[in-house]
Amino acid sequence: MELKPGSRWKSVVCDTEVVVVRPPKTEADLRCGGYPMIPNAEPKPEGKTLSPDFAEGSQMGKRYADDETGLEVLCVKPGAGTLSVGGRPIGAKEAKKLPASD
Amino acid sequence: MHTALLLDMMADAAPDRLALGRKRDGLTFYEVRRRAHHAAEWLQAKGAGTVVFVGLNGTALPIALFAAGMLAKPFAPLNYRLPDADLQKLLARTAPSVAVVDDDMAGRLGRPEGVTLVTRSAFEIACNQSGHSEAAFDEDHDIGVLLFTSGTTGEPKAAILRHRNLTSYVISTVEFLASEADEAALVSVPPYHVAGVSAILTGVYSGRRIVHLETFTPEAWVATAAEEAITHAMVVPTMLGRILDVLEKSGETLPTLKAVSYGGGRMPPPVIERAMRLLPHVGFANAYGLTETSSTISILGPDDHREAMASSDPNIRRRLGSVGRPLPFLDVEIRGPSGEVLPPGQSGEIHVRGDQVSGEYAGKKVIDAEGWFATNDGGWMDEDGYLFVEGRLDDVIVRGGENISPGEIEDVLRGHPQVADVAVFGAPDNEWGETVAAVIVAKGARPSTEDLAGWVKARLRSTKTPEVWAFRDALPYNDTGKLLRRQLKAEFAGPAKQPASA
Repeated sequence: MELKPGSRWKSVVCDTEVVVVRPPKTEADLRCGGYPMIPNAEPKPEGKTLSPDFAEGSQMGKRYADDETGLEVLCVKPGAGTLSVGGRPIGAKEAKKLPASD
Repeated sequence: MHTALLLDMMADAAPDRLALGRKRDGLTFYEVRRRAHHAAEWLQAKGAGTVVFVGLNGTALPIALFAAGMLAKPFAPLNYRLPDADLQKLLARTAPSVAVVDDDMAGRLGRPEGVTLVTRSAFEIACNQSGHSEAAFDEDHDIGVLLFTSGTTGEPKAAILRHRNLTSYVISTVEFLASEADEAALVSVPPYHVAGVSAILTGVYSGRRIVHLETFTPEAWVATAAEEAITHAMVVPTMLGRILDVLEKSGETLPTLKAVSYGGGRMPPPVIERAMRLLPHVGFANAYGLTETSSTISILGPDDHREAMASSDPNIRRRLGSVGRPLPFLDVEIRGPSGEVLPPGQSGEIHVRGDQVSGEYAGKKVIDAEGWFATNDGGWMDEDGYLFVEGRLDDVIVRGGENISPGEIEDVLRGHPQVADVAVFGAPDNEWGETVAAVIVAKGARPSTEDLAGWVKARLRSTKTPEVWAFRDALPYNDTGKLLRRQLKAEFAGPAKQPASA
């Protein structure tokens, strides 16, 4: 999968959609709910169900970063699946808030 | 990632929250998206191209901005205050384009080739059709916003801000939906200023209601801030001084106001000190940025302000005149004339690097191979990383090989009890190449030039003491509060025009 900056991906097992903010430095296997994410424009395959090991959910507006590959995505639609890279769940990071927006 | 997606996310997450306008008749996020979608379909039918906006602040502005984002076309707000001929020239440079124009400005624009003019009232009717647009658009998002620089130093340049520059700034500096439902931001900077664009994008992404002032007057600003229970605002320094005058006269205290950020020009220390005394419950932030950097790159926050104001240590106290510290996800360096990086305390040119930095004009990329953008602003950093901006390098006075920044001399003169405003710049001089000239707006009785010269000499070096003096009733500013030093400099450039001192 070519995770170009700005490209939009969706989960095949839940409503999650993400946009790539920072591309990975090496090949990254981006998954949601245990299954590889697909380009947003492609039709969703039938019959897949959420893996219970990856069912913590994704949160709208959170940035998820994988330290190992450098991949960073922004969740633009939330869903029931956990985002992961190479089997590792990836965590949400906070924006560095400006004092002006306190 | 593109600008319209920011709105899309908020319209999904908080559809019923007020997004734009007044409490009694404002639009929700859901409604803003619905209208922007209709607008995009309508603009495309008009022969899509760049979406130009010529008009006052108001609901139509963010709707046109997001409609352009949906269409994946650049959005170009133009300065309607320019003389007609200059405005027409800029408009012609946007072709092929569709221009949304305030009804009473349409007559000023002529018929530039490749530009379809539509009135704001027609645009607003099109946005407000019932139901939902089903139109789908190109997904190839590239240029988000085209902003013409103010041209204080020559022909306006078209700065290119790509979607990735703008959205990177937004998602790095604002947490999604972080605002409380009762927060509201008052936006009084004009549509064609980068701060006007970034205020819309960050406001929407944080879920904060935006209230636009059609055009700035200090009376309308104070009245609106009180009526709409405004919590946040961004102003340019000249606006703040005038707002304080109204507050002092009216006794209004603006109890709901929490945060005011300012930028876009040098803030005179007496003005910010007065603001902190008059509005002690407000947190002030000095935001320094450029059009070419998608807005803010360095911030002096509320705590920095209070610490500097309360300190007797001159090194901390002087930070009130700084722009604070660079944002943590950007790199900033001060470089000397041959590109060498300078240590703290030394003046040079401010360079910046980061995702939000476009450093690009139509037809010309001015970013170097390592991603650095030379700002053309002079400045230095103290030991703790506080950045002091000295002004445009074009404004530096070179007197006998010594570089003198006008800002420092202006600050000293502004502290004189009989000086209301001042501009310092270089005037031609046969002996030194340039000499320091000062134009003074007096407060009450006009001070003598000997008195003023003595005031400067006692506080700065004698080489920084102005030798050419003149008095005026007012100084030339552009409408975003930038002092037009160049205009004064040109007036003083011819030896025949050299005015007598006083």
